[in-house]
Amino acid sequence: MPEGKRPRWLVFGLLALGLALLPFLVDAGLGRSWVRLIDLALLYVMLALGLNIVVGYAGLLDLGYVAFYALGAYVYAWLASPHFGLHLPFWAALPLGAALAALFGVLLGTPTLRLRGDYLAIVTLGFGEIIRIFMNNLNAPVNITNGPQGINLIDPVRVGDMSLSQTQTLFGITFTGAHLTYYLFLLFTLALIFISMRLEDSRIGRAWVAIREDETAAAATGINTRNLKLLAFAMGATFGGLAGGLFASFQGFISPESFNLMESIMILCMIVLGGMGHIPGVIFGAVLLTLLPEALRYTGDWQRNLFGQIYIDPADLRMLLFGLALVAVMLYRPAGLMPSARRRREFADAAE
Amino acid sequence: MSALLAVSGVSKAFGGLQALSDISLQVNAGEIFGLIGPNGAGKTTLFNALTGLYTIDRGEVRLNGTRLDGCKPHQVLKAGLARTFQNIRLFAEMTALENVLVGRHARTHSGVLGAVLRLPATRREEADSRARAMALLERVGIAGHARRLARNLPYGDQRRLEIARALASEPALLALDEPAAGMNPAERAALRDLLLQLQHEGLTLLLIEHDVKLVMGLCDRLAVLDYGIKIAEGTPEVVSRDPSVIAAYLGDEAL
Repeated sequence: MPEGKRPRWLVFGLLALGLALLPFLVDAGLGRSWVRLIDLALLYVMLALGLNIVVGYAGLLDLGYVAFYALGAYVYAWLASPHFGLHLPFWAALPLGAALAALFGVLLGTPTLRLRGDYLAIVTLGFGEIIRIFMNNLNAPVNITNGPQGINLIDPVRVGDMSLSQTQTLFGITFTGAHLTYYLFLLFTLALIFISMRLEDSRIGRAWVAIREDETAAAATGINTRNLKLLAFAMGATFGGLAGGLFASFQGFISPESFNLMESIMILCMIVLGGMGHIPGVIFGAVLLTLLPEALRYTGDWQRNLFGQIYIDPADLRMLLFGLALVAVMLYRPAGLMPSARRRREFADAAE
Repeated sequence: MSALLAVSGVSKAFGGLQALSDISLQVNAGEIFGLIGPNGAGKTTLFNALTGLYTIDRGEVRLNGTRLDGCKPHQVLKAGLARTFQNIRLFAEMTALENVLVGRHARTHSGVLGAVLRLPATRREEADSRARAMALLERVGIAGHARRLARNLPYGDQRRLEIARALASEPALLALDEPAAGMNPAERAALRDLLLQLQHEGLTLLLIEHDVKLVMGLCDRLAVLDYGIKIAEGTPEVVSRDPSVIAAYLGDEAL
C-alpha cells in the first residue's frame, strides 16, 4: 500500500487534522443536525468497542449489553440532575457510572459462566430486559428512576465555566454545543480505541481469544477461564457505562425507552457487520449503522425528485432498505465489511 | 527414585458405567511412563481425571505431594502438570507463536493496567515470553511456522505445536495423549527423539500410546488398563509377557 511508505507522523497528522475539522466540514456541507449525528456515531463507536471485547475477543455472545449503557446513563442522571438534587461534576459522575456498570458486568456474568453459545445469548438477553423493566418500575414506593417518564434536566458536561450544551466562542471561532460535544466524545473514543488496541495485543487479549477458540483447551493451558470471562464482561460493561453517562449528559433526558432490546441488537449488528474482533471494522460498522438509517430518511426527497411524487412512505422504505443492506452485507461479505486478517482467512477456508 | 505423581484409589463413574475403578499408580521423577490398553479402557478418562477436566468420585492424586484432585484445570497446570489432547486442540485462529504464548499464561502476571500502560515490567515479561516461545518452537522444529495460523499447519506440526504449548508452562510432568497418532514413520522417529531429549533434560513424561513399538522402545515403565481396571504394571518386558495383558489385547483364546 502507498500509505505505508509515507512517514507515519504525516498520516497521523492528516488524520488528526481531518478529525479536528470534521464537525465544521459536516456543519457546512450537511447541516447542523448532522454534527449531532456524528456525536451519536462516536457514542456508538464506544459501545461497539465495549461489546467487541465481550463478543469479538472472548467470544461470549451477549445480547443484553444495553443494560450497562442504561446503568451508566442512570447513575450519571442520579448524580447530576434535580432528580435527587445532586449535581456532581462529570469527572466524578462518569467514573462512578462506569464502575457500577463494571460491577453489574461481574454480577450478571457470574451466573452465566457455565453457559456457552446460544444459551448464553438467551440468558444475557433476559438480563438486558430485566434492567430495562427495573428502570421502568422503580418509581414506587420510593421514586428512584422516575419510571417511564424518565429523568429530565440532566446536567451537561461542564469544563471550568464552559458548559458543553451552549454555544461558546473560543479564539474567535464559534463552537456550538454539538461541536464541543464532538471533541469531548472524540477524546473518550480515542482513549477507548487505545485501550482496546493495547488489550488485544497482550497476555489478557490472547487469553480471551484462546477462550473463544477452545475453552477447554484454554483451561488446560493454564487460563483461569472464570476470571478472564468475568474480566471481559467487566471491561465491556465499563465501556458501556461510560458511553451511557456521556449519552445522559448529551441528551439531558433519559428514559427506559432508550435502552430496549433493539439497541443491543443494533450494537451487535455494528460489530458483526464491520468485522468482529477487528477494531477498524468495529469503528466503521458503528459509524455506518448510525448514519445510514439517518441518510435513508431522505428517501422521500429522492422519490419526489425522481418521480415527482412519493410512492412509498419514507419511514417504511427506510427500514426496508436498511434491512436489505444488512442482508446484502451478510450474503456477500460474511466476515464483515472490514474483517481482521484472521477472520477473513477463516471464512475463506470455510467457503472452500 | 521418588514418586512425582502418585495416584491412589481413583474411581470415576459415568452413570452406570464404571470408567475407572480404584486406579493406583506412581510415576517416578525422570521416567517415561506409558499408559496402554485397548480402546475404551479408560486411558483418556484417567488423563482428564488427573488434569481436572473430570472430578473424580473417590481417590487421591498428588503431584510432588500437592493434592491435585478437586483442582481446576488451570490450577493443575500451575502445579506443574501439563497435557496435550488426543484430538489436537490448538487455538486454530491464532498463530503458532500466539499458541505458545498462551502456554506462558500461568507463568506470567501482567494484568489490564500493565497491558494498557505498557509498564516496564509488562514489556520485560512480554519480551521474555516471546523469546521463550520462539525457543520452544525452534525446539520442536517448527520455528519456520511461527507466524502461520495453527489451523494451517501440517498435521504432524500441529502435534508438535501442542507439545510446545504445553512445555511453555514449564511443567514438571508432561502428559501426552497419543502424540504419535496419525504420524508417518519419519515423524514418529522425530517425535521419539524429541521425547527422549526432553527426558534427558529432566522432564517426566506420562504417555498414552497405541503404537506398541514406540511404547516398548520409549517407556521405562508401563501400566495397562482394561475396562477401567489396572491389570498390569512394570517394565515393558514384564508387561508384554503378562498373561492378563495378552488376554486383554488378543482375547482369552490366545492363551
